[in-house]
Amino acid sequence: MSDFYTSVGIIAAMAGVTALTRFAPFIFFGHGKEPAKWIKYLGKYLPPALMSVLIIYCISTVNFIGGSHGIPEIICIAAAMGLHAWKGNVLLSIGVSTVLYMILVQVVFV
Amino acid sequence: MINAIKKSFKYSLPVLFGYIPLGFAFGIMLAAKGYGPEWAFFMSVFIFSGTGQYLIVSLLAAGAEIPYVILITFLLHFRYFFYGLSMIDRYHKIGKTKWYLIFGLTDETYAILSTEKPPEGISRAAFYTAVTFLNHCYWIIGSVLGAVAGSVLPINTKGIDFVMTALFSVLVVEQWKANKNHIPALIGFVLPIISLVILGPQHFLIPALLAVSATLLCLRPKFEKEERI
Repeated sequence: MSDFYTSVGIIAAMAGVTALTRFAPFIFFGHGKEPAKWIKYLGKYLPPALMSVLIIYCISTVNFIGGSHGIPEIICIAAAMGLHAWKGNVLLSIGVSTVLYMILVQVVFV
Repeated sequence: MINAIKKSFKYSLPVLFGYIPLGFAFGIMLAAKGYGPEWAFFMSVFIFSGTGQYLIVSLLAAGAEIPYVILITFLLHFRYFFYGLSMIDRYHKIGKTKWYLIFGLTDETYAILSTEKPPEGISRAAFYTAVTFLNHCYWIIGSVLGAVAGSVLPINTKGIDFVMTALFSVLVVEQWKANKNHIPALIGFVLPIISLVILGPQHFLIPALLAVSATLLCLRPKFEKEERI
């Protein structure tokens, strides 16, 4: 836990930038004005790439050399992806893989 | 407005079943880092973004620098910009709730409002406002309940952070299904791994994000050519 002012600063920064990404199209483009082509291009191709980046971010502090060698993470990411590719139910995929992960780190790889 | 909320309720049901548990998991994660329900409440009111709030838990735990928070939030929420673009005509001349509607344009709200038509007897403005407001409430309620549960219940929450990894895993699969071109998703895996190996967990992310964006821009002629075929 960070101290009060650091926490408020981080939250305010995220709230501000999030609101800005939502308001920007209405402020800058409005009715009948189109954004540049390269912005539209990034809008199409950047999001799928960013989701992959974020998975790597999530497991970036995992120790693959010592400890549990990242085995629980790899098993559970595979479970979430496999289940989602198969059933396509967001809550099922997230719920099952998270509970599995909690069991693995609390009971199996202690 | 009560009438509009009643009539819009059933359209928001899928979001109710999504936001309460996802918000709950956020609340538990947050409580595990020492932040109580009041923090969950304010964050859900003012940020109102699942991906952002899952990410912020680790940023708060690490005491991240503000410029870093700004950059990563911008890249993470870049997609909202494009939801907004496609809603410009729908939100044109919608009335005094317009700025609230824009503020509340989450992935799920966008999914409903960009596909459903308002039910008989209520205006478009009232329908949009009611759905956005209901979704906002579900998210707040779920996250506050989660934070209360996480602060009070003596449950072992070790490993609950994985819910964020699971969410992004699900989003990767959804993007994979939605796009024919899988090169961006693969670039998004490979470049950050290289960056991580070279720079380590503290410093890898921003170079990785910049490398991914630059690589995609370099591939633009190729991808746009393929689109035309």
